[in-house]
Amino acid sequence: MKKSLKERLAILSDAAKYDASCASSGTVKRSSADTGGLGSTEGSGICHAYAPDGRCISLLKILLTNFCIYDCAYCINRSSSNVERARFTVEEVVWLTMEFYRRNYIEGLFLSSGIIRSSDYTMEEMVRIARALRVDHNFSGYIHLKSIPEASPLLIEQAGLYADRLSINIELPTDAGLAAYAPEKRPAHIRRSMGELRLKIDEANDATLQTKRKKRFVPAGQSTQMIVGADQANDRVVLTTSARLYGSYGLRRVYYSAFSPIPDASRKLPLIKPPMMREHRLYQADWLYRFYGFEIDEITANQPDGMLDLKLDPKLSWALANRHFFPLDVNSASREALLRVPGLGTKAVRAILSARRLRRLRLEDLARLHVSVKKVRSFLSTEGWTPNKLIDRSDLRSMFEPKPEQLDLF
Amino acid sequence: MRVVGLEGRGGLGEWREAARRLLLAGVPPEAVEWRQGTDASADLFDQERGVSEQKAALKDATPALTVPRLFLDLAATAICHADPVRFGVLYRVLHRLQRDRNLLDVATDGDVATLHALAKSVRRDSHKMTAFVRFKEVGPCGDAERRRFVAWFEPDHYIVARVAPFFHRRFFDMDWMIATPRGIAAWDGKVLEVSSIPGQKTALSDDTEELWRTYFSSIFNPARLKVRAMQAEMPKKYWKNLPEASLIPAMIAGAEASVVAMGERMARDPPAFHARIEAAANAPRDAPPPLRGTLEELRAEAAGCTRCPLHCSATQTVFGEGPADAPIMIVGEQPGDQEDLAGRPFVGPAGRLFDAVAHEAGLDRRSLYITNAVKHFKYEMRGKRRLHQRPNAGEVEHCRWWLDLELALVKPSLVVAMGATALFALTGERPKISDVRGTIRRSEHGPAVFVTVHPSFLLRIPDATRREVEMAHFKQDLAAVAALAAPRA
Repeated sequence: MKKSLKERLAILSDAAKYDASCASSGTVKRSSADTGGLGSTEGSGICHAYAPDGRCISLLKILLTNFCIYDCAYCINRSSSNVERARFTVEEVVWLTMEFYRRNYIEGLFLSSGIIRSSDYTMEEMVRIARALRVDHNFSGYIHLKSIPEASPLLIEQAGLYADRLSINIELPTDAGLAAYAPEKRPAHIRRSMGELRLKIDEANDATLQTKRKKRFVPAGQSTQMIVGADQANDRVVLTTSARLYGSYGLRRVYYSAFSPIPDASRKLPLIKPPMMREHRLYQADWLYRFYGFEIDEITANQPDGMLDLKLDPKLSWALANRHFFPLDVNSASREALLRVPGLGTKAVRAILSARRLRRLRLEDLARLHVSVKKVRSFLSTEGWTPNKLIDRSDLRSMFEPKPEQLDLF
Repeated sequence: MRVVGLEGRGGLGEWREAARRLLLAGVPPEAVEWRQGTDASADLFDQERGVSEQKAALKDATPALTVPRLFLDLAATAICHADPVRFGVLYRVLHRLQRDRNLLDVATDGDVATLHALAKSVRRDSHKMTAFVRFKEVGPCGDAERRRFVAWFEPDHYIVARVAPFFHRRFFDMDWMIATPRGIAAWDGKVLEVSSIPGQKTALSDDTEELWRTYFSSIFNPARLKVRAMQAEMPKKYWKNLPEASLIPAMIAGAEASVVAMGERMARDPPAFHARIEAAANAPRDAPPPLRGTLEELRAEAAGCTRCPLHCSATQTVFGEGPADAPIMIVGEQPGDQEDLAGRPFVGPAGRLFDAVAHEAGLDRRSLYITNAVKHFKYEMRGKRRLHQRPNAGEVEHCRWWLDLELALVKPSLVVAMGATALFALTGERPKISDVRGTIRRSEHGPAVFVTVHPSFLLRIPDATRREVEMAHFKQDLAAVAALAAPRA
């Protein structure tokens, strides 16, 4: 008997939840007041709800189908899994997207799919959905399509005309890991399609002589996801791979997804709780690399096993290993140096630079910037404050470590 | 003490008027008591009006007040805050700005920090309104074709007028109304109407909510329970108007049990279709393998090359390209950033330069076989850039395997070595390029090797005059190559 739309929605959203990406930001501004249709994009994304797993729900994240001819060990939808299978029609996905959007539940659609028949057949169906939304329904909301591995470049190019973002998952940090867990996926091919997409995006961004206008092509760029904790790769390997992906393919984001147990798991996989803190630390390190001027080698240099410190955030951990760098004078240190102070974010640094042109700054001034004085005062000197020998204290680390939990009497 | 009563429903205008008057009258901030809405009694207004009449007479004679642009933006935001303290804070900052024009740059100043905090709270409330308004569909009105939706939302501040344009941009093709205790916004396809009259909550049901609730509970991963993170972004005060929120307690309560159940469910035998898929995957492919001993075969083999570690960080093998019977083979150093992405040799800046100069020298790229000594891009990450690194002798050695096979298949009469790496790969010699440039060297058992510089060398010359000289020299070299190859062609 055919499953109802609701039953299939349950199956195909459950199947999609292991993809961490939910961003709806970074695209061009569009407005239905200009098109007469439905939908807008505002530059920054909007999270319309949060599930109790702490993740935001911004897009309708579903699979077109969870039938798949691939057998990737970490995936709930692999062909050898006994998970219940379902499939949407093109029209159903379009209808769900439009109706959810009209009620302000979502920013748009994030569509992925298991591979049915062939990569090209699957990708073609996904492109049909994006085209129907944009062309037939005059939809200006956000669309993120997952590129199907090995789909023809022509289809990817069509997808890029309708989608804000395209992504293809690198899945695991090393080629060897991918070979072991996802025998049908070819890492070289994944990299090649990222490279091709980057060239096309660059080309579209070059204003042509005739029109002096940029072509609209995947305006929110491409992203990818790496599963962390399914294979043995350490954080240094994970982050080095990310840096390479950012640098080589101009990715907007690399998502880290703590490997999460799945129903009917493959026997190849570890039965573990998802390493959530590790995932969190990787995101922090990723931020240090992208926005704080840290090189990956610096972040992992003082970690003998190549794993980030789970107790301390990577910036604090770096600072404690590089105490000669501190204390810095908040009233004279450079922007680059201030960005390395644990507890100072990019916004606080900007405010400090602006304010200190007109005032000598004191510790209590920093408090007004929502900076944790307790954290920064070991690393900064200000008007009226010098961290004396604080920086040399041998117990400095323990001052920042989380307090051991008190045990209950029994 | 001057008492000023304002309605205070999010409009900047009334405060601005009052503040102008006070400022022109030279009233210091500590001498003003601001009151909002029902607190402000009629006689206070009268008292104020008296002042305004006096000042109206003065208005033309007084110089215009000016403020930084940023202040107006901040004020328009902070004025929407529900806390009556906002009027006084704004006036204090306005007053101080008259003497200290750069005050707003000092984010560490107490007043400025308070103002920013007020504005931030309003921005957050506005953002949450764009996120958490939930429309419900109501039947069409008469025989109008447009669909109609209504929503009830409870903001903390007076933000309806501020956020209404967002909904206008977003929901143009439908009629909608958002009612709140602090005002109403409505769009009927013609006019965006906003009022500050409190709206009424109406009980409505919408069938699509059931699908949304299904989605909300299915997209949740019970193995990653993080309730605090959820509540930080979706505080409980919003829950009562969110159709999905009533599911949350049960989702949290059942999370652990469902993870345990997941773990206990043993992996079972794969479903029947898995065997069929595997059989199909193992069946012989349709496309015949490339003919043995052809360039195509070589290219296919090289695509999977792991002879040296360079393949790990490169995108792909960049194999040579050109006619299999090309009389001239051009050999460069290694693919660069663009070549690595495109999978073709000499398509980046150096490649374009080569094409242009070769064309001028009478060489047609399409008639040349173009390749590199090393087939993978070697680079190091510097920040977010990939910086070219020269391949070492070992890497050249490993990759000579492919170069030798290319030479053996194409059998060119003349090989052009561009740069030291190419020359080393072809002849095993490492002379200074400037000493041997323009000469012909013999490879051990291969064809004649003509030596010139690599075009990327020309791109790196900062001095324009010198670059021109070198460009001309390079063109001469390529013209010599064309002449050398001509007799055979």
